[in-house]
Amino acid sequence: MDTLFLARSQFAFTSIFHFFFIPLTLGLSIFTAILETAYVRTGKKKYRQLTKFWGTLFLINFAVGVVTGIVMEFQFGMNWSNYARFVGDIFGVPLAVETLLAFFVESTFLGLWVFGWDRLPKPLHAACIWIVAFGSTMSAFWILVANSFMQSPTGYTMATGATRPELVDIMALLFNHNVWQQFPHVLAGGIVTAGFLVIAISSWQLSKGTTERNAFESSLKFGAIFAFIGTILVILAGHSQMQNLLKTQPMKVAAAEALWESENPASFSLFTIGDEEGLKDVFSIRVPKLLSFLAYNSFEGEVRGIKNLQKEYELQYGPGNYMPSIVTAYWSFRFMAGSGALMLFIALLALYKVIKESYTFSPLVGALLFWSMLLPWIANSSGWILAEMGRQPWIVFGLLKTEEGISPATVVSSTELMISLALFVTLYAALAVTDLLLMKKYASAGIESGEHTLN
Amino acid sequence: MDVQTLWFILIAFLFIGFFVLEGFDFGVGILLPFMGRDDRERRIVINTIGPFWDGNEVWLITAVSGMFAAFPDWYATLFSALYLPVVIMIVALIFRGVAFEFRSKRDHPAWRSFWDWSIFWGSIIPALLWGIALANFIRGVPVDSTMNYTGGLLNLVNPYALLCGITSLFIFTLHGAIFLALKTTAALQQRAMSFAKKLWAPATLLCILFMIFSSAETDLFGHLGINPGTIPVFSVLALISVIFLLQKNASGWAFFMTSIAIAFSTITIFMGLYPRLLVSSLNPAWSLTIYNSSASDYSLGLVSTVALIFIPVILIYQGWSYWVFRQRVTVDSKLEY
Ligand code: HDD
Ligand code: HEM
Ligand code: HEM
Repeated sequence: MDTLFLARSQFAFTSIFHFFFIPLTLGLSIFTAILETAYVRTGKKKYRQLTKFWGTLFLINFAVGVVTGIVMEFQFGMNWSNYARFVGDIFGVPLAVETLLAFFVESTFLGLWVFGWDRLPKPLHAACIWIVAFGSTMSAFWILVANSFMQSPTGYTMATGATRPELVDIMALLFNHNVWQQFPHVLAGGIVTAGFLVIAISSWQLSKGTTERNAFESSLKFGAIFAFIGTILVILAGHSQMQNLLKTQPMKVAAAEALWESENPASFSLFTIGDEEGLKDVFSIRVPKLLSFLAYNSFEGEVRGIKNLQKEYELQYGPGNYMPSIVTAYWSFRFMAGSGALMLFIALLALYKVIKESYTFSPLVGALLFWSMLLPWIANSSGWILAEMGRQPWIVFGLLKTEEGISPATVVSSTELMISLALFVTLYAALAVTDLLLMKKYASAGIESGEHTLN
Repeated sequence: MDVQTLWFILIAFLFIGFFVLEGFDFGVGILLPFMGRDDRERRIVINTIGPFWDGNEVWLITAVSGMFAAFPDWYATLFSALYLPVVIMIVALIFRGVAFEFRSKRDHPAWRSFWDWSIFWGSIIPALLWGIALANFIRGVPVDSTMNYTGGLLNLVNPYALLCGITSLFIFTLHGAIFLALKTTAALQQRAMSFAKKLWAPATLLCILFMIFSSAETDLFGHLGINPGTIPVFSVLALISVIFLLQKNASGWAFFMTSIAIAFSTITIFMGLYPRLLVSSLNPAWSLTIYNSSASDYSLGLVSTVALIFIPVILIYQGWSYWVFRQRVTVDSKLEY
């Protein structure tokens, strides 16, 4: 098998897996911090119990987030050495800053939080988890600064004949539009991921007749508010991201909409089966003018299509295929935005229940509230698949193609890649199963178990 | 001093932080199955490093990201060259990392024992591999004029590198035993002491042997001048002093001395390398140096500013966390799981 395919598969697999845990821990750290603050301010036992209950679930997932992150740190050098040489001058900066500003903070203060229940005064102990949450947020910010350079390079020069771009303007890198689009969206994605998990587990505990009703009712209340705010934010941020992409990566938008020809006003696809070879629709249901509205907040405006963009890029970058996989981009966008729409509906439902203080659920509502916790995962993963696959064939947009980024096959052979891929897949599968079983155990055990294990 | 040299020093510093700090928690991990005779004792052993190990590991992550930012070609050449060893190290660190969290989550003995052994293997493998890697930096590996590795796995496995690996393994284990003597009481403390005393002789001998072997096998000392200089001598002297301190029960000082030994050996290696990063065994002109592998002055300046401001801050809050958990972990302590 060729090394490019293997390296890409390995990157996709390990990063998606890492990002399975990141949004959850990002959101849950904030959620746990809010609960502990409530405990410090009111002194109520139920908040302390809830802090420990959600804290335990947070820690189980945090551990997996940490260890899968280690792979990410080495992987650019291992599988993508040409890429690392090419972007090192720029990409390395936010990555190093991330470790200095975020990872140290998170790991040290998490240690203080877990082991410091009896050694630190209450407010200081609560401050520790806030600092962890702050660290995670910083981590997301800096990694997105790095990623945004790949999506939409800024702040660099590349002299003719030079082998790599060099950073000349850090402010341009930090204030890259892409960062400020992605960061709120990812952060809100983390909040909803935690919010829906809290809704799911709290409502399930209530349905199965927990003896700690009062605590789980509070937990559901907090969770519903958290999820609702997060959902609104994530959708607004995503919408604005789409508008930004029209300027920076119009091909991604066209692919996400399966828009073959430029249109003005442009229609929004509800459902399309396309013919990727022939570059045309086989079957399509479209809402007229809606895409122009989403893009420009007005029912007019041109959205460029795939074929036109391909021609433009050929003029600009020379002959080649500049189209990402349309099927992947199209469906990943639909999965993400579709989940977002469903989440809005379910968050409203949960909020309605909470406001009415009705904590009994019909089987249908119970099932909806429970299984909705999968939606954020679907949205997060498909969002990244859209972001990264939609950028293809570029690894750094306009500067370096993905195929040019990998380690030379003479250095890293396909055998080595197959060994590592097989190892990671097996190991991660085992980790996923273990994580799920432990989550199930601690989510169903109820509040006393949290008291027990964290003490 | 130019920024490249500054970064060379900073990366050496990050590696010292990693070896000194993670060194003892690797040591504790290696000793875990032998130190703790029952579940509660093993819990105590784990809890001596519980609050610290992740923070210690971040020293490694930071060193690696610093390599990427400051010397991208070094990062790219090194980790593509050491492909399979790095995969093995990562797998080891994965098992180890989740073990600390997962172990307590079920009380089935087989479950506990599985994670205890994960901590053991997850500590012993990186402790060995980092020694092997460092030795290969200075001994040289086949790197061609395009900075790409041309060798195979077997080029990395040679007697010199293995010696360095075993040396680092023994020193870390000794360092961990002394840390345990410092953090436990009663029977556990005595057991830790006796481990430390037993480990001292082989660790010191290996270290001396490694220094001798280095002058034969590499230009490490040639590079430092005919006179090996005071630093390697100090590191050996520090190790020798450990046994006397242990006999006097001064485990705090002994721990200080093993830290010094580890720090000074790391400095020796980095000084011997300077200004090279990775020696090419094919042609000295093809070696990676801090100049031909570095990022631009602008980027280096930026990261230096952040590092010089925040490393002291990190030292302060990590120091504070060691202060908060300064008490010994005893059989009667309320144990956090
Ligand atoms: C719970 C999570 C979640 C939800 C409900 C949504 N997204 Fe999203 N989306 C993400 C989680 C996410 C993400 C995983 O966080 C991504 C991946 C890259 C990024 O910046 O955020 C993402 C990427 C992403 C991108 C690609 C960005 C790029 O390539 O730079 C666009 C255009 C959108 N989103 C738009 C939307 C819209 C219009 C939504 C409306 C419903 C939406 N997202 C819901
Ligand atoms: C924010 C920091 C990130 C950076 C710097 C980054 C960088 C990269 C790099 C170097 C590649 C390899 C080139 C390629 O295969 O196209 C890649 C591809 C990919 N990344 Fe990201 N990534 C980041 C975050 C993520 C996350 C969190 C996910 C997953 C949830 C993700 C999903 C993917 C996928 C699916 C691919 C494979 C696309 C393909 O096969 O072409 N990325 N990214
Ligand atoms: C948006 C994408 C990402 C987010 C939000 C994110 C966030 C996080 C968080 C919150 C952790 C746990 C922190 C800790 O260990 O203290 C973590 C771990 C880690 N992540 Fe990611 N990450 C992302 C993508 C990446 C990428 C692309 C890389 C690779 C360069 C990476 C490298 C790491 C490393 C090395 C760790 C382990 C640190 C440790 O040992 O403590 N992450 N990440």
